[in-house]
Amino acid sequence: MSAAREPEAEPSEPESQRRLVDVVLRARTFGIIVVLGVLVLITALIQSRFVGGGEVRFILSQTALYALVAVGEAMVILTRNVDLSVGSVVGLSAYVSANMFGTHPGIPIVLVFLVGLGVGLGCGVITGAITAIGRVPSLVVTLAMLYIIRGVDTIIVGSGVVLASTEPNSFLNIPTATIFGLPDLALAVAVVVAIAAYYLNSYRSGRDLYAIGSDPDAARRAGIPVAKRVFTAFVISGGLAGLGGVVWASQYATIESTAASGLELQIIASVVVGGVAIFGGSGSVVGAALGALLLQTINSALNVIGVSSIWTEAISGLLLITAITLDRGIQLRVAAALRRRRVRLGA
Amino acid sequence: MTSSLSKRTLMLAVAALCAIGIVGGVAYAASLKKGLKVYVIPKNLGNSYFTTADSVKTDGALAALGTLGEKGTETSGTAATPASQLPVIQSSIAKGANALIISADDPLALCPTLKSAAAKGVTVVTYDSDAPTCRSIYVENAPAQSIGESEVVDMAKELGAAGGQVAIVSAAASATNQNTWIGYMKTELKKYPKLDLVSTVYGNDDPTTATQVTQGLLQKYPKLKGIISPTTVGILAAAEVIDKAKDIGKVLLTGLGTPLEMKSYIENGTSPDVILWNPARTGYIAAYAAVELASKAITDATGQTFTAGSFGKETIGPDGTIDPGGTTTFTKANVNQFHF
Repeated sequence: MSAAREPEAEPSEPESQRRLVDVVLRARTFGIIVVLGVLVLITALIQSRFVGGGEVRFILSQTALYALVAVGEAMVILTRNVDLSVGSVVGLSAYVSANMFGTHPGIPIVLVFLVGLGVGLGCGVITGAITAIGRVPSLVVTLAMLYIIRGVDTIIVGSGVVLASTEPNSFLNIPTATIFGLPDLALAVAVVVAIAAYYLNSYRSGRDLYAIGSDPDAARRAGIPVAKRVFTAFVISGGLAGLGGVVWASQYATIESTAASGLELQIIASVVVGGVAIFGGSGSVVGAALGALLLQTINSALNVIGVSSIWTEAISGLLLITAITLDRGIQLRVAAALRRRRVRLGA
Repeated sequence: MTSSLSKRTLMLAVAALCAIGIVGGVAYAASLKKGLKVYVIPKNLGNSYFTTADSVKTDGALAALGTLGEKGTETSGTAATPASQLPVIQSSIAKGANALIISADDPLALCPTLKSAAAKGVTVVTYDSDAPTCRSIYVENAPAQSIGESEVVDMAKELGAAGGQVAIVSAAASATNQNTWIGYMKTELKKYPKLDLVSTVYGNDDPTTATQVTQGLLQKYPKLKGIISPTTVGILAAAEVIDKAKDIGKVLLTGLGTPLEMKSYIENGTSPDVILWNPARTGYIAAYAAVELASKAITDATGQTFTAGSFGKETIGPDGTIDPGGTTTFTKANVNQFHF
């Protein structure tokens, strides 16, 4: 999970220096776990049912969607880009996939997930191509895609709505299905997170994402296929958002064209709270998933102790600022440590 | 001679009367202008509630405009915000609208524009959500008092003599109509000492938020027996939470919902009773009101009447408000008869 460090770099560096950088970076993920623990403890003291099976399963099941989409978003942000279109992709995929139950009664659920994945990948390919090949800033491209995809959604949905009565119970029961007391969804998303984490850490193309985010020009000069990697990151983000749409449909059952609007900001918040630097180059998908878990836990905790939902947003915002400020501080320190190391090596 | 003359006179007179009658009839029908450009502007597009209120298929506003021979167009923004609705109103005026039928996202923000439209001779009628000082006629869904009261009556019926703790899942804390209904609910609740209102939470008409606040209620009040949700979005989220928590029958739900969307929850016992008016009725009557006004066949003065097609005679009440009638309760027995 250590991040900004490039593995091939300077094998002769002093072990203590290297450990310091590692510890600082690991501390970000560790920090979230500590905050999470304290939060759960305090809430449980006020309301013991908070740590009961039902509530824990609810939080994990709710987090699954956010964590899934956050993994893709994290990969995009690592490359110093951003994907603002994920909320619209989730909405479009939710409608198109869940609508299949109405138009093709008896359709296998696996096929519905594939339809959702396809919708997401399609959107990701378009966004990725314009950003990576057209070299247009992703902030602009994905902002445009946010509106375009939502517009397409509104046109397709038109006067329609997916009704809970058209969806089979086996589909609507997905969020409540459990294995060993843990929601299937959460376990499935944990597998996705693990695969993504392994890829980012152990594959050259995965490490490339960090290099691109640290310094795109240097990465280009070092021979990294920047456009290709960025394109891939957007396609993965789109695909995961597409799957997220199907999950959304199974959770909320009734789908209108406004489904999941504004979700993108909560996803980016999760990613940043999870310790992924907003300007790329460092962070991890495990952190992003934990960030999603933390935000969902805060939401639930405030609701369980009876704080108005209006405060939930303000508190999420406060957390975001804290995370970014901390992140900036850590970044400066790491940069200073790396510079010192380079000076010592005479580089 | 005289008798035949008088007979002829009589025949002439009858013929003349008939002619006058026909001419009068034609004149009356012609007094409603045809080909008027009427823009129907719901709070937002892609909202199934307004699809019901507006579309031809459901006999809503556009169906009425079609019957009257007007050029009806439904248009709005994609978000239910004044910022999204305002440009749509302006462009409708620019396109030469004769009348606007609008569900106001925010009366204060929209008023200046609506007033300038009225100054240009555009008829402004509101439906569903009012903008009181800047329209001619407002067609309400159903009287607020009956909406609030019937939800409590249904909750009391569902919980029976034992009663218990109940909570409200509302939309935004600032929503005027929600707060008015909740006010009437609280008054009505005084008649049922066994019903104990423990909390009102706000789901902001967002499925995610509504889900979380409902789940919070279930955790905070393990003895909770009933939830009233006077919002079509909130009630759906609450129904899914109760279903997924396997609390069907333990926590009973009622509130405002469309029969089509709530069908599966009505049938599986999550929400045995759901209340709503007929949204298409509101849209249909508003369309007739707008055309009558734009044709100068009526004014917005109290006591003016007109015939709104199949819904019959409508009378303009105080403050230019039309009350089209009460609410309908949907249960297992009748839910299949409704298709909105």
